[in-house]
Amino acid sequence: MTEEILIAGFGGQGVLSMGKIMAYSAMMQDMEVSWMPSYGPEMRGGTANVIVIISDERISSPIIRHFDTGILLNQQSLDKFEDSIKPGGVLVYDGNGINRHPVRKDISIFRIDAAEEAGRMKSPKVNNMIVLGGFMKIKPIITLENVIKGLKKSLPERYHNLIPVNETALQRGMEIIREV
Amino acid sequence: MEKELRLMKGNEAVAEAAIRAGADGYFGYPITPQSEVLEYLMEAKPHERTGMVVLQAESEVAAINMVYGGAACGKRVMTSSSSPGISLKQEGISYIAGAELPCLVVNVVRGGPGLGTIQPSQSDYFQATKGGGHGDYHLIVLAPSSVQEMADFVDLAFELAFKYRNPVMMLSDGAIGQMMEKVWLSPQKERSKTVPEWATTGKPPTRERVIITSLDLDPMAQERFNQKLIAKYNEIREKEVRYEEFQCEDAEYLFVAYGTSARVCQKSIQLARAQGIKAGLLRPVTLFPFPVNRLNELADKVKMMISVEMSAGQMVEDVMLASNGKVPVYHYGRMGGMVPEPEEVTDFLKSKI
Amino acid sequence: MPQATGINDIIKPENLVYKRTEVMTPNILHYCPGCGHGTVHRILAEVIEEEGLQTEAIGVSPVGCSVLLYNYLDIDWQEAAHGRAPAVATAIKRLLPDKFVFTYQGDGDLAAIGTAETIHACNRGENIMIIFINNGIYGMTGGQMAPTTLPGMKSSTSPYGRDVKMMGNPVKMTDIVATLPGTFYVTRQSVHTPANVRKTKKAIRKAAQYQKLNKGTCFIEVVSNCPSGWKMTPVESNRWMEENMFPFYPLGDMKVPQESESQTTNK
Repeated sequence: MTEEILIAGFGGQGVLSMGKIMAYSAMMQDMEVSWMPSYGPEMRGGTANVIVIISDERISSPIIRHFDTGILLNQQSLDKFEDSIKPGGVLVYDGNGINRHPVRKDISIFRIDAAEEAGRMKSPKVNNMIVLGGFMKIKPIITLENVIKGLKKSLPERYHNLIPVNETALQRGMEIIREV
Repeated sequence: MEKELRLMKGNEAVAEAAIRAGADGYFGYPITPQSEVLEYLMEAKPHERTGMVVLQAESEVAAINMVYGGAACGKRVMTSSSSPGISLKQEGISYIAGAELPCLVVNVVRGGPGLGTIQPSQSDYFQATKGGGHGDYHLIVLAPSSVQEMADFVDLAFELAFKYRNPVMMLSDGAIGQMMEKVWLSPQKERSKTVPEWATTGKPPTRERVIITSLDLDPMAQERFNQKLIAKYNEIREKEVRYEEFQCEDAEYLFVAYGTSARVCQKSIQLARAQGIKAGLLRPVTLFPFPVNRLNELADKVKMMISVEMSAGQMVEDVMLASNGKVPVYHYGRMGGMVPEPEEVTDFLKSKI
Repeated sequence: MPQATGINDIIKPENLVYKRTEVMTPNILHYCPGCGHGTVHRILAEVIEEEGLQTEAIGVSPVGCSVLLYNYLDIDWQEAAHGRAPAVATAIKRLLPDKFVFTYQGDGDLAAIGTAETIHACNRGENIMIIFINNGIYGMTGGQMAPTTLPGMKSSTSPYGRDVKMMGNPVKMTDIVATLPGTFYVTRQSVHTPANVRKTKKAIRKAAQYQKLNKGTCFIEVVSNCPSGWKMTPVESNRWMEENMFPFYPLGDMKVPQESESQTTNK
């Protein structure tokens, strides 16, 4: 099994940390992982993206241009990367602020209104956890248990009180994601 | 003590591995894409953990000269930078080679020339393997192709540096420096208490004074020193070649690639073999010494070699020398911070068959 | 008639008036006649001996006339790249904090190519001593203009005299480092008369003592001569130095510690 994922969105949407939690959780499951971010000044307020590869074999190239799953969280990313998803692959997008929706017919397209849901939960920062929950629903590679473990490991102790709200967000994500 | 599993960036792995390897000092200056090394070290408080000295210097030039000073005291010292910063360090590196001092210099390569790009590249191959600074000298050059190797090569680099009294360069790139992978970290080593007899430590009455210098105004003496260096490099060529082979047993077409390019080629081999093309990869782990003999042997077995590099074609010259005209040698490269896609490398191979 | 006296009749312990310090090696100095370097070397060696620092001292020699300094003082040495001595000394002192670490640099080394290293080592307050020999010229390479060459002063690269409009003004590095919080003791001295030699030696001794107390950077400029580069006899060069160099680079302390500061140990 090898899953090649691209996550892209605005800087500040939690794109890189979502990827990191994915990678960490997969590592906890004894899988090979790589997490390759875009880096440099473009990250400051612009778009951020990260390639996460999860595999039960040694990972070859950490930089690839075609993906099994694209999680595209703003219009810019959707426009840029819709065509980078392999035929038969999966596209997850957030409908918030999108005026040109994905059009491809040879892939499965899922919509998750995470920003809206995070607003309803009055905690905009869990946006990425809602999306991650959605991803876990459609691609059950990493388990909720390991994601919580990953959160505990990657969050400083003073933020551990936020773990329950993140768990709720993951579960909400699993509930609200729907195929278009 | 058991090894510890962590998810880390290559740059962070170098920093943590340096603390654990018992490094005595790190001197650096920020530059993308390697600033995490200094950031991690400042955050990790190695001074409290092991007594390791970490200092942000006023420039790359100052940093490499701090390395000179520390190395001449017999300490395990290092610096890291990225291409433009490594150019600034070349004077110091030449002096360190000329004074026969051990140290580790990490280059997380970005595209050039000039200020270039901050994206990954392998365009510093010539600079790293052929000298870089002025004068007849070589560095030992290690080329990690994973975060694990960025950690492991710190210890190896210090071992080789002290064994040969020679600076060692870890030639990484922006991709390996910035990406996170699983890494098994070695347990903490104690900082070495042995003081080499060539180190400046203050002169006790029982020995002659130690002079660390690369100056010799007598040309005959300087030539004798150059010959001594050549003998050392020849010994390194004989004993320290390291490489890894992928699917070379039955390969008809051989990729030669290091670092990130070698990772790309592994995927290209899968793609080629799925189409019935028997491709293999030789990945040099040491770029100096270069695996000349092994490539020469493989040149008797394969039909073609392709040097895949994120450069305009640098290592390809060494591949040509090593294969010595036995088979056609091609270069496939991307530049400016572009990383080749596995598909395009396979397509290039197909175009040459 | 008095008996002719042989040299061996004169060289007797009871006639000894001057002895080479043990810290000076027997090597013959390569400096030109009348050059101040030899004098500074000797008083530096004397202080090292008198303060019992021979086993602790690690010196960093520069690129310039004193590049071969390591041949003359019997202590451990590192020869630095041009201008980089303060960076080299920084690492030595930080890795071996109990040692007595100093640099010895000329004006081109310290005030031109090594400006950044000088200022930043002083600004960090590295606990080292810097001896700065300022003779306003590049002696080793054959008398080119230095960062400290006086306005109007001739050199091989300012053959009609230093035109400050075209070539810039001389740098008063000692004044600059005295303003930095990291420096503890900053002074400008000379070695052209016995009285001045004694003052310079006293300054070096103070700096050595302050280093034991971890006080920060001690910076000693020695305004000196270059008979060969200035194309003068030694006597003329000393007179010229008094008349021209001292008005521009006045001798004296620029930063002296308060009495209380100089005696307490920094914890």
